[in-house]
Amino acid sequence: MIEVRNLTKRYGDKLAVNDISFKVEKGEILGFLGPNGAGKSTTMNMLTGYISSTSGDVLIDGVNILDDPKKAKANIGYLPEIPPLYIDMTVEAYLGFVYDMKKCKLPRKAHLKDVCNLCKIDDVRGRIIKNLSKGYRQRVGLAQALINNPPVLILDEPTVGLDPSQIIEIRTLIKKLGKKHTVILSSHILPEIQAVCDRIIIINRGMVAADGTADEIAKNITNEHKMTLRIEGPTHTADDKRLIAEKIRAMDGVKYVRADMEREKGIYDYDIETDGKTDIRRALNKLCADNGWNILMLQLSDLTLEDIFLKITMDEGLSKSDDKGGKSKPRIEIKTTASGKLRAVQEDDEEEESSIVDSGDEDTAADSAENNGGEE
Amino acid sequence: MLAIYRREMGAFFTSGVAYVFLAVFWLVSGIFFYNGVIASGFADTSSMFSSMFYIVMFLIPVLTMKLLSEEKKNKTDQGLLTAPISLWDIVLGKYFAALTLFVIAESIIFIYAFIINYLGDVVWQTLLGNYFAMLFLGAAFIAVGLFISSLTENQMASAVVSLVAIFVIYLSEMLVSNFENGNFIKKAIYKAVSSVAFYSRYVEFTRGVFSLPSVVFFISAAFLFNFFTVKVLEKRRWS
Repeated sequence: MIEVRNLTKRYGDKLAVNDISFKVEKGEILGFLGPNGAGKSTTMNMLTGYISSTSGDVLIDGVNILDDPKKAKANIGYLPEIPPLYIDMTVEAYLGFVYDMKKCKLPRKAHLKDVCNLCKIDDVRGRIIKNLSKGYRQRVGLAQALINNPPVLILDEPTVGLDPSQIIEIRTLIKKLGKKHTVILSSHILPEIQAVCDRIIIINRGMVAADGTADEIAKNITNEHKMTLRIEGPTHTADDKRLIAEKIRAMDGVKYVRADMEREKGIYDYDIETDGKTDIRRALNKLCADNGWNILMLQLSDLTLEDIFLKITMDEGLSKSDDKGGKSKPRIEIKTTASGKLRAVQEDDEEEESSIVDSGDEDTAADSAENNGGEE
Repeated sequence: MLAIYRREMGAFFTSGVAYVFLAVFWLVSGIFFYNGVIASGFADTSSMFSSMFYIVMFLIPVLTMKLLSEEKKNKTDQGLLTAPISLWDIVLGKYFAALTLFVIAESIIFIYAFIINYLGDVVWQTLLGNYFAMLFLGAAFIAVGLFISSLTENQMASAVVSLVAIFVIYLSEMLVSNFENGNFIKKAIYKAVSSVAFYSRYVEFTRGVFSLPSVVFFISAAFLFNFFTVKVLEKRRWS
């Protein structure tokens, strides 16, 4: 339905959007995620033909938006970041204007009524837009995008300025629309994207940093699985800790084990990272049973969308994750926050960990120990 | 184009611009009518019309100042430029809305003609000639104003610059009038400026001469500036 090929936009020296390519199939809801200034709105403006691209093509239903703008635009309903409302018109008059402008052939009264019902603006149809609240304006903006039932809907931050119940309403509405329309929506609100979208594209610094469902992205970013275990040893001393950690480390598929703080008296937590291919839980259970240890807790801690987002947007070297040199630098930067620091320790293998400790002084090392405890 | 035209007409009246424009236009032209025709006792309307050049000059910027600048400022141009219409639809819709209001204002002349009819004989030839002359002049000036409105986001800047631009167009002939008998370069400048002059072409009409080349000139000027406006919108998209 929508095809974007090598889309690039340059403002003078500044590269706003850099070589973005993706495809959206019919009936898909695609979420555009990215920090402020990542190029989300610029991309959307190019998709809708508001601005042109420096290079690259946008095909809407097979029609290039620059070659045949009228035909391509007829298939798009666009809600820009700021809804394009004429504030001195009434809602009714404004929607009538959009209806005329889009040369809509659907029966006028019935269609406008449907759209108003869908966006729940029936009660304000006679009011002047100037006097409407932000939430209502946003909904009128959505209504104008829906006029003429375009097969493609492009919504730039559709829930900005709405109250929580309205946000839920709009999300439900978008989901409903997604059954018949192809929807692209942008947001920097992660739960929203996760709740609504089938597929996510994360944009950072004008480039596609990740593309796929939340799970796929998580898998691509890290092929490791993490879990936290609480194991009770026989002696309730630090000797347990050493022994258990050692034995787990010796298991197949385990990449990294770290004994954490003493959670209950004489009982320790262990952070384990696996290679992602082997599910070690059963083997682990057996190991504990054989040794007479008791598993008191097992918790899988895979990356959430938020982790992914932070990782991508803060970690420049994502695409070259093998390049350790490139990776370690932002990790040291992340270290300023407690959670970031924890992650830095978690994700590095021992060799790298020691290099971080080396680079800092004893304070850093002590700090990290403290934070690891504080995190839980 | 019709949708934009209708919206723009509505906006003229809801924003009050139409009322200000019509009131001032009719007031000032009324004064000229009284002084030029009634008080002087002539049924000849040409002196009134030559004064009306100034009303047109000062009031057109009021009409055109917000047409495109406000769209850009309020980001409503995003709605227009992403709708399945061409740039010409947008520009001409706005242009004809302004022109319609101008024609409404100008048509007060027929009421004056009605009054003259009571006092003496109406010279219809001069009157109609002048009516159309002013219409074409206004058509060209509105295109200039619309073009300048497309260049800025600020209504006031748009109005002031339009006024200056129209004033320069008006003054251009007088500035070069003593070049007529100068050397080769001066003569060339004089020729170039006077061949694109608005005022002398307009005055020609007020003397009762209906000249087709002048009509064509004004229409071409209107077309040219609308073309520029379209190009400005297009360029904004490419920048």
